[in-house]
Amino acid sequence: MKQVIKGNFAVSHGVRLSRVKVISAYPITPQTTIVEELSEMCATGKLEARFIKVESEHSAMAAVVGSESAGVRSFTATSSQGLLLMHEMLHWAAGSRLPIVLTNVNRAIGPGWNIWADQTDSVSQRDTGWIQIYCESNQEVLDSVIMGYRLAEEVSLPVMVTYDAFFLSHTSEVVDVPEIQAVDAFLPAFEPRFRLDVKDPRMFGGMMTPEYFYEERFVTHKDSMDASDRYPRICEEFERAFGRQYEACESYRTEDADLILVTAGTITSVSRIAVDEARKAGKKVGLMKLRLFRPVPLEHWRRILGYASRVAVIDRNISVGLGGVFASEIKNALFSLEKRPSIYSVIAGLGGRDVTPRDVGGIIDRVLVSEGPVDSPIFWGLKE
Amino acid sequence: MQKAFDIPREKMTDEELLQPGMLSCQGCGASLSMKLALKGLGEKTMIVIPASCWGVIIGAYPYSTLQVPVIHVPFETAAVVASGIRAALDVRGEPDITVMAWAGDGGTYDIGLQSLSGAAERNDDILYVCYDNEAYMNTGIQRSSATPPGAWTTTTPAGAVKEEPKKDMEMIMLAHGIPYVASASVAYPDDLVRKFEKARSIKGTRFIHLLSPCPPGWRIDSAVSIKITRMATKSCVFPIFEVQDGNYTVNILPEDKIPVEDYLQAQGRFREMGSEMIQAVQKQVDRRWQELLARADTGKN
Repeated sequence: MKQVIKGNFAVSHGVRLSRVKVISAYPITPQTTIVEELSEMCATGKLEARFIKVESEHSAMAAVVGSESAGVRSFTATSSQGLLLMHEMLHWAAGSRLPIVLTNVNRAIGPGWNIWADQTDSVSQRDTGWIQIYCESNQEVLDSVIMGYRLAEEVSLPVMVTYDAFFLSHTSEVVDVPEIQAVDAFLPAFEPRFRLDVKDPRMFGGMMTPEYFYEERFVTHKDSMDASDRYPRICEEFERAFGRQYEACESYRTEDADLILVTAGTITSVSRIAVDEARKAGKKVGLMKLRLFRPVPLEHWRRILGYASRVAVIDRNISVGLGGVFASEIKNALFSLEKRPSIYSVIAGLGGRDVTPRDVGGIIDRVLVSEGPVDSPIFWGLKE
Repeated sequence: MQKAFDIPREKMTDEELLQPGMLSCQGCGASLSMKLALKGLGEKTMIVIPASCWGVIIGAYPYSTLQVPVIHVPFETAAVVASGIRAALDVRGEPDITVMAWAGDGGTYDIGLQSLSGAAERNDDILYVCYDNEAYMNTGIQRSSATPPGAWTTTTPAGAVKEEPKKDMEMIMLAHGIPYVASASVAYPDDLVRKFEKARSIKGTRFIHLLSPCPPGWRIDSAVSIKITRMATKSCVFPIFEVQDGNYTVNILPEDKIPVEDYLQAQGRFREMGSEMIQAVQKQVDRRWQELLARADTGKN
């Protein structure tokens, strides 16, 4: 049924439809309305789940590590500082091979206090072993939660679904909320591969000597890479069931493009407008939208970007001392190609500053007239 | 009321859920505590172990010396991981399983206090056990907030021994209004086993504080670790009591009470203490003991 809902409610519906049984969370702006809605759903019985209202995000992730280890589908949501506080437990959850799903509302990290859109929080968790999915619309948020559980439980790794603060979390859009029976058919009940069980007592997460540790991490990496192969298949199955198409990354008007923009999150929507404008003006510009960021869908990126002469990666995040994280990753992915595009790194919209179609148009023109990429990023829209 | 050396020997189960192969030191109170605790709890128990000596004692992958499910977790998360497991077991319809967090004093008094307080405030249905060896023993004897005044550790070295009193963990937990708080030690095994049996049958957050001797950390001979632990109770340094639904019972009332000095002088870690500090500690101990007796039903009516 189509409803006009905010991104945060799209999450709550995704959690309800996925029949999550244990939720643990701690409030942080702009994630709070997810928690409120889920509390309401638990209180009214719309969702039959236990909600553990913990005293911190660190404990929220620890609680779902516990519940998922006991074999029950579990969920948490956070943002910004909260995600950073979870950092230790993010590693623990992935290392424990627990298929938890977490939604993160991308928000800037302080100081100064800033509650607006910025992806530095989630990109800085890229080495934790979590699968990461970046969303552009509220529909995509809801669908990604459901597909997230399917993927997580197939590969025994946790999934982080992220989307921009306020641009999605607090903006209403039309969302097709599926029927739960249809979701049940797509996402079967959770059958843990292993769990805490008094009838089969085993030890989890204990001391592991150099004799074993290395192989353990290798297997985790291998299974994560396997997720990039499984993801397209899950997307196809989802499309057959619900009629909405998703891919590990999406291309828009890239076939003959000289310049391809790369974006993640809501900057993608404004960039589509800018691409259309540029095309009208005769400029051969296309767009690649990042969705799956961990594991890196290397072949997808190479297939779309490999034939362009220029690639401009717009990062709403910054690794201080390096630059844009997505740009760095794209360079890494394309480096071994014999013929590779010139790659431009553009930082824009940090701390929730608006990035408009006009801004992206300006970025396009700037890159098209450039004689070659420079080592340092272009800081677009920086005040003098 | 039981006298210190007049405990009726209740029959303990012969079932051993703790198997040989542990990596503990000789005279370790923590390993004996676990053996006894599981005699009270039985096999329908799941254990959460944060960073602590027990993270090592249990054995390294792929072996475990415990025949119940165990999950190891980061230092500060024992209580809340137990809460998460509890929620999952309730969802699965397995209410008869005891979920026990088993943490050291560092993981309880210091880094784990926040999540423990959270679990206790929610009165989550878990058993939290602090086996207290009074310092960070696993990392090599560093001061914790459970380290008693006058104690040498590697971070309170000779000339700068700890001066601050030990946190009163039982009172902190009681302030949360939880249904059961108890202290016990390996020096009184029947009492310890009985408390775990009792804790198993209570719903809500239960907290058991175990004094757990550590020969290398306390600078004592492993052969006398039980004897010295008993001296802690005979000197009233470590009273053995329980509080159920607000009702205090002192379980061990030492009739042959000994001076605190005897307990302190039996251990190398207190060698730096002068008579002035010993007297100050004696006063603190006397005051706490009197406060406890005033709260307790001593059975004397």
